[in-house]
Amino acid sequence: MNVISLFYTAFAYVAIAIFLVGFLSRIIKYAKTPSPLNITLTPGPTTRAGAVYRVVQEVGVFKSLFYSNRIIWLGGYIMHLGLALVLIKHLRFFFTPAPASLAWITTFEAYAGFIFFVPLIFLFLLRLITDRTFYISLLTDYIILVLLMLIAATGILTKYYVRTDIIGVKEYIMGIVSFSPTAMPMDIIFITHFTLVMLLLIYFPFSKLMHAGGIFFSPTRTQVDEPREVRHVNPWAVKG
Amino acid sequence: MADITKEQLITSAPKKKEREPVPKLTGKIKTPKIVTGAASHYKCHVAKPEVQEKLGFPGELVDNWQEAAIRRMGELLEKYKSLQVYMDICVRCGACTDKCQFFLGTKDPKNMPVARAELFRKVYRRYFTREGKIFGKVAGAVDFDLELLAEWYTYFHQCSQCRRCSLYCPYGIDTAEISMAAREIMDSIGLGQKYVNEIIGKVYEIGNNLGMSGPALQNAIEFVEEEIEEDTGIPVKLPMDVEDAEVLLVTPSADFFASPHIESLVGYAKVFHQAGISWTLSSTASEAGNFGMFIGNYNAMQKIASRIKDAIYELRPKRLIVGECGHAWRVAYQFWNTLIGPFDTLNPKYPRPQHICEFTNDLIDKGALEIDKSANDEFVVTFHDSCNVARATRMGDKPGGQFDIPRELIKKVVNKYVDMPAETIREKTFCCGSGGGLLTDEIVDLRAKGAMPRMQALHSVMETHGVNFMALICAICKAQFTKIMPMYGVPMETAGGIHQLVGRALVLGAKE
Repeated sequence: MNVISLFYTAFAYVAIAIFLVGFLSRIIKYAKTPSPLNITLTPGPTTRAGAVYRVVQEVGVFKSLFYSNRIIWLGGYIMHLGLALVLIKHLRFFFTPAPASLAWITTFEAYAGFIFFVPLIFLFLLRLITDRTFYISLLTDYIILVLLMLIAATGILTKYYVRTDIIGVKEYIMGIVSFSPTAMPMDIIFITHFTLVMLLLIYFPFSKLMHAGGIFFSPTRTQVDEPREVRHVNPWAVKG
Repeated sequence: MADITKEQLITSAPKKKEREPVPKLTGKIKTPKIVTGAASHYKCHVAKPEVQEKLGFPGELVDNWQEAAIRRMGELLEKYKSLQVYMDICVRCGACTDKCQFFLGTKDPKNMPVARAELFRKVYRRYFTREGKIFGKVAGAVDFDLELLAEWYTYFHQCSQCRRCSLYCPYGIDTAEISMAAREIMDSIGLGQKYVNEIIGKVYEIGNNLGMSGPALQNAIEFVEEEIEEDTGIPVKLPMDVEDAEVLLVTPSADFFASPHIESLVGYAKVFHQAGISWTLSSTASEAGNFGMFIGNYNAMQKIASRIKDAIYELRPKRLIVGECGHAWRVAYQFWNTLIGPFDTLNPKYPRPQHICEFTNDLIDKGALEIDKSANDEFVVTFHDSCNVARATRMGDKPGGQFDIPRELIKKVVNKYVDMPAETIREKTFCCGSGGGLLTDEIVDLRAKGAMPRMQALHSVMETHGVNFMALICAICKAQFTKIMPMYGVPMETAGGIHQLVGRALVLGAKE
């Protein structure tokens, strides 16, 4: 293995470790922090199953955002849809042979990257267009959008413009996953794409990207509207 | 260090000059262009040391306030999942930016929920996140200095904790939770708000928000009894401290004294009388309101609520019913069972606690009351959903009962009812503009602007349907609208309680 491969392989392991440890420790923190009171936003579900369904709707179709702002919903939802397609597509790098259950993704093969990329531009412009969103946008909000755009752009390049050696990439990734790393394909577009993704993984647990896990711990949405029927006990209350 | 001294921070509420003009009533709620600093001059009076100390807070801003505030913030982050999660997961998508009545009314961008929360979040990032500790300002992390503390004091007292933003947030981020935590932190370093903390002190010392002692309460009740007898010729009693009555009624103390609140008290009394259900008020639990919630102080909230627990123990009622009050109903519905429950001595056949609207509506359904709707024929009625009732409670068994039951009840006692525009009612309702401890005179201009969306919605049905009565089920809404409506050129008599309407339509002596 050459020096660049060695460096990148080490970098990848460090990035993945930071992501996993960071993400999980945030999630554990959210899970462990007590909820002293029932603060369900009403009208809300009166059963546990209902509360689960409520969260599923938020995660699955961004229900509240849909009723709140259709423009932001459109940009945000399509972007996440594109991201999901792209991620599913990438699963093929992790399995040999590629699972048959992923065959449907070939329908979106040609578009997935664009379904992800175009809404990112839209969301970036949206921040600039209205005075309210411009006012609330932080530097990091733009940085994350740009990072995602670069990842999407380099990803699209590897596929359509500067064909990357897919077989080589797959071997490299399988090597990392199976803890028997091999030399990485010396393709500048791929290496850039790979580097940016690793940077994203490192930044993820320390940023607003944690909304991906935090949404499952939002008490206004996860709690059940049953305070009269079921006594909610405050774990830290001193019993008088 | 900013060029503001501790003294300036505390005394910087400008002296009242002229009353500011209120927005013009057009029936339309428009999202304004932002005007930076437009609401920076609305400042609540700071609580005096003796008030603070009564509540167990430092009398004035402590010397090491920054360190103490950060410590308290750390404790709250450990204790409240809501706060911890909501600090991390906002993506600043912008969905909430046009949803707050205080932004719509004042145009100040710091009244956009996300910007209000950012005042808190940038301190959180600076002291509690790696991102903020390493990258500082670049990552939106800012030192907690006096200038920022002054902004906290200003803008966390321009939030009525109505939760409208939480409804529209894709993650349910609840600014009420954040503003409660901010106020708790400020109280813990000696910077409290005068209006709310004085009232909590009155509850501790005298037993209710208005500071009415036992004899004063007795006088008020006798006055109401005389009024009813004069009006109807029937001796309707308002029992006080009666043991073993069927129902203990806990209602906001404003119902004993303020107008139009007292008209609802008349209504409750007539309902109990006519239904033949024994009931009592309590001279020690003479307050349903609980301003402990507004300052996010768990101990204060529990201490205030415990008066009701004591009254249940002493008077042994079978049922617990809460009068017309929005935040009180939130505390009662969502928190009482945790704070002072379980209510094992109360009859499990009925909700514990029950809202007065649930109670009266059931009685009418059962045919226990005779109603003459024509007594309210002079009114075309609409209903304002109180923020806390709408988004933090329920009535009846089904989600949304908090919207349907009050409306059903109104329609049972009036002939002419019409709803305000759909985007301003039910869970989408706007706050009256004075909830969350903002019902204080020094910020009346802010309150008038916060009421703008509701006033526009009301104006539209006044124009199209001739509405002349807006039914309310909240003591704060009643006080706010009777004050604010005249500023908009709407008669203050337009605001009144649901049980005011019930009381008028109820035919006394019709059944036994």
